[in-house]
Amino acid sequence: MTSRVHSSRPLLWVAEHTALVVLGVATVVPVVFVVLTSLMTSDQALSATIVPHPFSWDNYTHIFTQLPVARWFGNSAQYAVLATTFMLASSIPAAYALSQVRFRGANLIFTLIIVTMLLPPQVTAVPKYVLFSRLHLTGTLWPLILPNLLGDAFSIFLLRQFFLTIPKEYADAARIDGCGEWGVLRRVIVPMARPGIASAAIFLFFSSWNDYYGPLVYASENERWWPIAYGLATFRGQHGSDWSLTMALTVVIMVPVVVIFFFAQKAFVEGISLTGVKG
Amino acid sequence: MTRPSRRGIEARRRMVALSMLAPTLTGLLLFFGYPLVASVFYSFTRYNQLQAPQFVGLLNYRFMVTADPQIFTAARNTLWFVVVLVPARIVCALMLAGLLARAKTAVGFWRTVFYLPALVPPVASVVAFVFLFNPGTGPVNHVLSWLGIKGPLWFNDPAWSKPSLVLLGVWVMGDMMIIFLAALLDVPRELYEASSLDGANGVQQVRHVTLPTISPVLGFAAATGVIAALQYFTEAAIASQVASGKITVGGGSGTDLGYPGSSLMTYTQLLYQHGFANFQFGYASAMAVVLFLTTALVLVLVMRRIAVFRPENNS
Repeated sequence: MTSRVHSSRPLLWVAEHTALVVLGVATVVPVVFVVLTSLMTSDQALSATIVPHPFSWDNYTHIFTQLPVARWFGNSAQYAVLATTFMLASSIPAAYALSQVRFRGANLIFTLIIVTMLLPPQVTAVPKYVLFSRLHLTGTLWPLILPNLLGDAFSIFLLRQFFLTIPKEYADAARIDGCGEWGVLRRVIVPMARPGIASAAIFLFFSSWNDYYGPLVYASENERWWPIAYGLATFRGQHGSDWSLTMALTVVIMVPVVVIFFFAQKAFVEGISLTGVKG
Repeated sequence: MTRPSRRGIEARRRMVALSMLAPTLTGLLLFFGYPLVASVFYSFTRYNQLQAPQFVGLLNYRFMVTADPQIFTAARNTLWFVVVLVPARIVCALMLAGLLARAKTAVGFWRTVFYLPALVPPVASVVAFVFLFNPGTGPVNHVLSWLGIKGPLWFNDPAWSKPSLVLLGVWVMGDMMIIFLAALLDVPRELYEASSLDGANGVQQVRHVTLPTISPVLGFAAATGVIAALQYFTEAAIASQVASGKITVGGGSGTDLGYPGSSLMTYTQLLYQHGFANFQFGYASAMAVVLFLTTALVLVLVMRRIAVFRPENNS
């Protein structure tokens, strides 16, 4: 297990590291292929060539000028940004109440939230659709954005996991100093839980950005509201076998996610570990 | 502090806590409690949005069991993903995490590399895989042909479409791998040292030290994996759509749901098709109730065993 063991068994060390390199290459290669193909002409994408020659940015110009990709991108950004903002406003206080305040009924509420989080969204899909169509909100992304004002189960679960790692003594000390619960939340917990809050925000941003099922249910009937994930899913049906164009769109949808990940990698990895590890 | 005033403080604290939870409680009622009850109610009706729900008793359920030819295919396909996809992902993620935990060199770098695919939006990764594996011109079959192997039709062959999605599922296993890696690095060193003093070899250590110690994490991954597989939708729907080059989900009745040959038609896609393409709200609700009962059964079986879901787990 230690490096001493490794040096006594150099063959094993070489085998393990070879396996890592091979698996690492196999993991990255699909993404490289997608990026390379997006820089090819459509004829080249169908041939056995691997490196595009010449490199052509035409696919990117094409999707942004000839197709409503800029609008899809904007719709996705609106969905993800508003959903995340609304979630933070509603779910931070909820997670605080469920982790730092001792009161009767907290366990029942927490269990309900876990059940909501785990049940498939399809179970409640029909009545929710009927509800939003009565409110004349179908054909838009609002049915996916607005409910975040009323708490998001997974975010509350994740935030609570983070808040639980903060010893209750901090909150108690602030209470003795005369702080009310909202004050404790704002002055003590939020500053201490910044990485956790960042991680919950990124998770919800990504799941909104990547969402296909929600927009399919609520916005597929109205092209004006299509987000980019939905646009990409229907793309090949409308543009035949133009793979290089499709791959350019695939790259465009990945870019914001990858950029955010590299800026917030630490908070993100910590969040993933916390969802499953504290078992 | 005297008793009455302490009770007063507790009552006030409870009021503040409930006020902090007020939006969430409203949300639970409006977007969970009400729709759950309404789904059960609609499942006993004929309802198509144009007319008010009309009570039909058990008709939807009877139709489901006796007359719907698609539902058993859909249930069987979904079960296939539960039984094959979930274990495949867990085993591969665990082996990779084990390799990383042993390697000890540049763990952060490798973790990022193997996590990268999980970051790719699912729609994009499916589109990319259908392209990479496309039978005539895709790079995978090109490479296989250099090796003298005639590649299969992958997403265009009913026998290969599900295994192709398992390959995709394994490729994007990074989040599971990160959870396993953190758990493996948490196993106390002393346990390994003690067992090797007792003469245990590597395999015995894995069996008697590593696996029992990380079993709560494995249980968590299995439970959430099964629940996710029961609602498997996006990957299968988009694979059908991109491989066939047609709109297959949400389109009219003439569309090729579950292409190729219904092999990717999962339960939730069929539910979507009945509910939102054909507007058979009653029948779709009956399917939703069956899905609810199935998931609830899984939840009852596993919920108590997973510490992180237990409210009394307060640290």
